[in-house]
Amino acid sequence: MATLLEVRSLTTEFVTRGGVVRAVDGVSWDVAEGETVALVGESGCGKSVSALSVMRLVAAPAGRIVSGQVFFKGRDLLALSEEEMRRVRGREIAMVFQEPMTSLNPVLTIGRQLTEGLEIHLGMTRGGARQRAVEVLATVGIPDAARRLSQYPHQFSGGMRQRIMIAAALACNPALILADEPTTALDVTIQAQILELMRDLSRRFGVAMLIITHNLGVVARYADRVNVMYAGRIVERGSARDLYRRPRHPYTLGLLRSVPRLDEPRRARLQPIEGQPPDLTRLGPGCAFAPRCTFRVERCRVERPVLAPADGEGHVTACWEAARVAGAPALA
Amino acid sequence: MTDNGALLEVRNLVKHFHVGGGLFGGAPGVVRAVDGVSFAIRRGETLGLVGESGCGKTTTGRCILQLERPTSGEIVFDGQNLTKLDDAGLRRVRRRMQVIFQDPYSSLNPRMTIGQILAEPLVVHGLVPDRAAREARVGELLRHVGLLPQHAHRYPHELSGGQRQRVGIARALAMEPALIVCDEPVSALDVSIQAQIVNLLEDLQRQFGLTYLFVAHDLSVVRHISDRVAVMYLGKIVEIAGRQALYEDPLHPYTRALLSAVPIPDPDVEARRVHVVLGGEVPSPLNPPAGCVFHPRCPIAVDRCRSEVPVLREVKPGHWAACLLA
Ligand SMILES: Nc1ncnc2c1ncn2[C@@H]1O[C@H](COP(=O)(O)OP(=O)(O)O)[C@@H](O)[C@H]1O
Ligand SMILES: Nc1ncnc2c1ncn2[C@@H]1O[C@H](COP(=O)(O)OP(=O)(O)O)[C@@H](O)[C@H]1O
Ligand code: SF4
Ligand SMILES: [Mg+2]
Ligand SMILES: [Mg+2]
Repeated sequence: MATLLEVRSLTTEFVTRGGVVRAVDGVSWDVAEGETVALVGESGCGKSVSALSVMRLVAAPAGRIVSGQVFFKGRDLLALSEEEMRRVRGREIAMVFQEPMTSLNPVLTIGRQLTEGLEIHLGMTRGGARQRAVEVLATVGIPDAARRLSQYPHQFSGGMRQRIMIAAALACNPALILADEPTTALDVTIQAQILELMRDLSRRFGVAMLIITHNLGVVARYADRVNVMYAGRIVERGSARDLYRRPRHPYTLGLLRSVPRLDEPRRARLQPIEGQPPDLTRLGPGCAFAPRCTFRVERCRVERPVLAPADGEGHVTACWEAARVAGAPALA
Repeated sequence: MTDNGALLEVRNLVKHFHVGGGLFGGAPGVVRAVDGVSFAIRRGETLGLVGESGCGKTTTGRCILQLERPTSGEIVFDGQNLTKLDDAGLRRVRRRMQVIFQDPYSSLNPRMTIGQILAEPLVVHGLVPDRAAREARVGELLRHVGLLPQHAHRYPHELSGGQRQRVGIARALAMEPALIVCDEPVSALDVSIQAQIVNLLEDLQRQFGLTYLFVAHDLSVVRHISDRVAVMYLGKIVEIAGRQALYEDPLHPYTRALLSAVPIPDPDVEARRVHVVLGGEVPSPLNPPAGCVFHPRCPIAVDRCRSEVPVLREVKPGHWAACLLA
């Protein structure tokens, strides 16, 4: 499959009272046409800022894309004028957020919110836009769509609001949807409905997806490829299969070991990753994971590991001790 | 379900909220948040309580803690019927039932140091009147939850989410409780930190002989920590059993649907699994369905499910389910 989106050496910083936060630190990743790629990692590691950087929606003046390129269908989005970028947003790349209530306007009807984009982006007439809105609402499983166009966001449940957000994202037939924790606020049952819906839509319309999540189960069920982020950097990437079968970074291994699994016998004790993620304003020169890492050697404190091939096609890891990690059992 | 080793017994608990009818309130109605719930928890045991949001888990916990007056039913804690106690009696009992919330941040005073937050209840309840002894006790509490003595001088906003949850646990421990209601204590934490807190709760339980009501929506975590598990739907318990029986031999179609919805962190396992996606959403507790409350979403419902209310019955020894077909 041809590459649809290619992020190259992207660095995004925030100026805060505590110092400069390099939220995304020279990160490269890509998404092929029609593919579902996951971005996983704990809160604060730079997942949302990665997606917002692609959309050029990083909050200025505190936030700033410092360097890098974002190629979408061969064009560098970072080099576009704001006017040109507006045409990409919503129309070619759409975004779905965790909390639909904050991205839906509470005083506008659902119908108006859906048709507005269609009129602006695609130059549709009111009637045409309305028809398209009914069509996409029905596609995402909202019954009685024509009648519900006149209702307001608060008249829908959390799950229904997320369906509406997906409908809004789909309305202009984008090539790529960036979904930032789309099901984190939902119950498992509704999460399953929403993710099934997204997978079905991605297959039916060939939309590529970037799913941002911290849920390893969601990644295993839905992603083709996975990027694991830690402290603003990608520390491991590979096919979902390789990553779960042959984790080559201690952080990935630690994440997999720390979650209890319903399909395995209950363990006497969970195995957490000790400590906590680092303060991004005080990162040292070495591996950001070193303070929590059980494989750490002297070199890790002074020299930053770069992504290098591990076994498996496209499988890479940024760890000096990857060979030892390879020999570690799934459960210690 | 009476058990002589029970620390807590909840009998036919009902909590209805009257809503609307006011100036801005919309149509008046009754929210049947908890609708006839009974269970017991033995000393030193952990009972898990799961179910989709809005099914009444938090309200059940709040009624047990007497933060909410039950509409009817009884709560017996350590042999005392709380619904019959006077205020002084209640105060004494209440100290021995503590709570840990999902978001400790909202319950920690931002202007107090961690040391002050932990010392306050010791003063209020006259547990450690002497100042030097109180400082020592605060240090001991911090150590119990894996924090350092210097954390006493920090403010809540200077701590990470996991550290704040440790403070929430220390504050509960300060009262030397017998029962702790843990209401989604790890839901807001990252997975690597969740495991730390779960291990801590297990260690403290062993060390202090604590009894837990563990409310959560993550079924994998609940399986790990619980001895027995109760599944709630629309204000009712639809299944309750020992951990192993519930997870390996679920009898209620709702329990089966919940389990099927949990994604397993393994792509090969996921590729082989048959997913039964539960359609629809939990109906409004203002107007629960007739018959079995689950029937509109139930994949195996038959005609009589629409009119007959299933009672929670012991289908197998110690394994109760409220389903006409179980
Ligand atoms: N508007 C902002 N101002 C200052 N810092 C920010 C801002 N947005 C994000 N950050 C910082 O950037 C880092 C990455 O944030 P984010 O991408 O939101 O993480 P996550 O992986 O949880 O989505 C965090 O440390 C966060 O504190
Ligand atoms: N003070 C209240 N007034 C009115 N309704 C309430 C109140 N507290 C809870 N409810 C309702 O009771 C039901 C159960 O809520 P809750 O116990 O919080 O569920 P859970 O913890 O399982 O998510 C919900 O429908 C909720 O909206
Ligand atoms: S580089 Fe060193 S500290 Fe970093 S993950 Fe590898 S072994 Fe651990
Ligand atoms: Mg985020
Ligand atoms: Mg609750």
